[in-house]
Amino acid sequence: MALQITESCVNCWACVDVCPNDAIYEDRPHFLVDDNKCTECLGDHGVPQCAAICPIEMAIVNELGEFLNPPGSLTGIPIEKLKEFGMWREAA
Amino acid sequence: MELPVISNTAPAAEGGGCASSGCGTAPDALGHLPDHIRAKVQDHPCYSEEAHHYFARMHVAVAPACNIQCNYCNRKYDCSNESRPGVVSEVLTPKQAINKVLAVAAEIPQMTVLGIAGPGDPLANPSRTFETFEELSARAPDIKLCVSTNGLNLPMYVDRIAQHNIDHVTITINCVDPEVGAKIYPWIFWENKRIFGVEGARILIEQQQKGLQMLTDRGILVKVNSVLIPGVNDEHLKEVSKIVKAKGAFLHNVMPLIAEPEHGTYYGIMEQPEPTPEMLQELQDACAGDMAMMRHCRQCRADAVGLLGEDRGDEFTMDKIDVMEVDYEAAMVRRKVVHDEIIEKLDAKRGIVKPKAEELGIPADARPVLMAVAGKNGVVAEHFGHAKEFLIYEASPAGVRFMSHRKTELYCGGMDACGDGDVAEAGSTESLLDRNIRVLEGCEVVLCSKVGYEPWAKLEAAGIAPNGEHAMEPIEEAVMAVYKEIAATGKLSPSAADRKAA
Repeated sequence: MALQITESCVNCWACVDVCPNDAIYEDRPHFLVDDNKCTECLGDHGVPQCAAICPIEMAIVNELGEFLNPPGSLTGIPIEKLKEFGMWREAA
Repeated sequence: MELPVISNTAPAAEGGGCASSGCGTAPDALGHLPDHIRAKVQDHPCYSEEAHHYFARMHVAVAPACNIQCNYCNRKYDCSNESRPGVVSEVLTPKQAINKVLAVAAEIPQMTVLGIAGPGDPLANPSRTFETFEELSARAPDIKLCVSTNGLNLPMYVDRIAQHNIDHVTITINCVDPEVGAKIYPWIFWENKRIFGVEGARILIEQQQKGLQMLTDRGILVKVNSVLIPGVNDEHLKEVSKIVKAKGAFLHNVMPLIAEPEHGTYYGIMEQPEPTPEMLQELQDACAGDMAMMRHCRQCRADAVGLLGEDRGDEFTMDKIDVMEVDYEAAMVRRKVVHDEIIEKLDAKRGIVKPKAEELGIPADARPVLMAVAGKNGVVAEHFGHAKEFLIYEASPAGVRFMSHRKTELYCGGMDACGDGDVAEAGSTESLLDRNIRVLEGCEVVLCSKVGYEPWAKLEAAGIAPNGEHAMEPIEEAVMAVYKEIAATGKLSPSAADRKAA
């Protein structure tokens, strides 16, 4: 089991600093998760740390491709506004 | 090797980013401060109104991560054409940042201050932030270090801040009430969890206040920044001002909310109104009774370089810095000479006594008048259509006082074509000229070197008298001369119709 980072990532380093497994590394166009190291924080924290600090919706997904922070969940911007501004998409 | 220098001589100390000769004029807003604090800020452009004409600052963007969300910020946004907090073109490693600072300091000797301000929160990036500070305090001891923070992690890093000789800290405090805070901060990251709403805001406020107290207890200077958000914290900021003053903050900087829909922020998309220049000024005036207010903030980028209001960042991109060789020991000698000269000049300037209004024949009960000035280098110099900003001065029997600057959008493209730009943009019912005139709301006079026929008529229709009679005169003298002219007409007596509800 491992989480993944999507192209929504803005490379802000926040997740790198809080990952208990050093599983996240800098890459271009965006940061990546080493799935051999990622444990989804089981045993270390109640919630995956990358997803708990990530400021960008849709940037972190689980193995099923589900967003840990779906559109609107962090900013509170209503879905219809997100669609209007091109800031919404279906799960990967 | 031949250095790719931009200029071998120091840029003239005068004529920097700010167009005014004396934003704040005498008495300096910091006049009430004890001498040891004045001495600390006299060469700090972000703290001393006087200093910002002569000394430059730079920010290095080594702190990309953040631990809170603010409704006026969008972490995705990065546009090099924008000038506002949180925005940078290039995030630097601490090593790159150090090279950049040394190169800029050697090139711009009046650069006295290095700040880390983002683009995230410096204290959410402790290793990158403190590595940069540590190395710089060793290699460039003549540079003042400062840091800006949202305050969440402040209490845990106060000791490290003190240890690295960082004697200026800015905390952004938008509220002291968690209910208000929940409307500004949707969440914070705290103790390994994302905490939403009122509870998150409560923790943030608690940490900010604790951090503020810990800093002032250690004698570290604290400035408080607040973003004025109409309908959310406008009235509340008066209380914020009182509380932060009581805890020992020495300066309060209330800045207007920037909320354009195209920035993709919550406030932008939800059409939260920005404050008008008048609202901002009224609030600054209301808070001024409690503490020193900063009125010369230009809301600069997290990677700005140069005097306030200018950005020379393009001259110091990493590819240019990589090929510069900097002899910092030699640069420090040159820097000392330049700093001493500026301080000497400032000291001399403080001794100058300006004529009082009563000596000019203005009645003691005359009402104050706001005037907008298109100025440059301290004189009335700009063509109305070319002014990127207007400096707002208040003339009263007590003298001439700088109040604020108000940004405009350039509408005049050509030297002789002042009316040409007066067309509404697609989708807008208001022309740029109309918008710029609206920026001058509350002013009764606009002083500039020249005004075109069309804006002249529109200004008059808006109740603002255009005045091109004082071109190239020092701003404060020109403002006082115009005030005197108005006084002579009897329009300033308290009984005269008062257009401006002062």
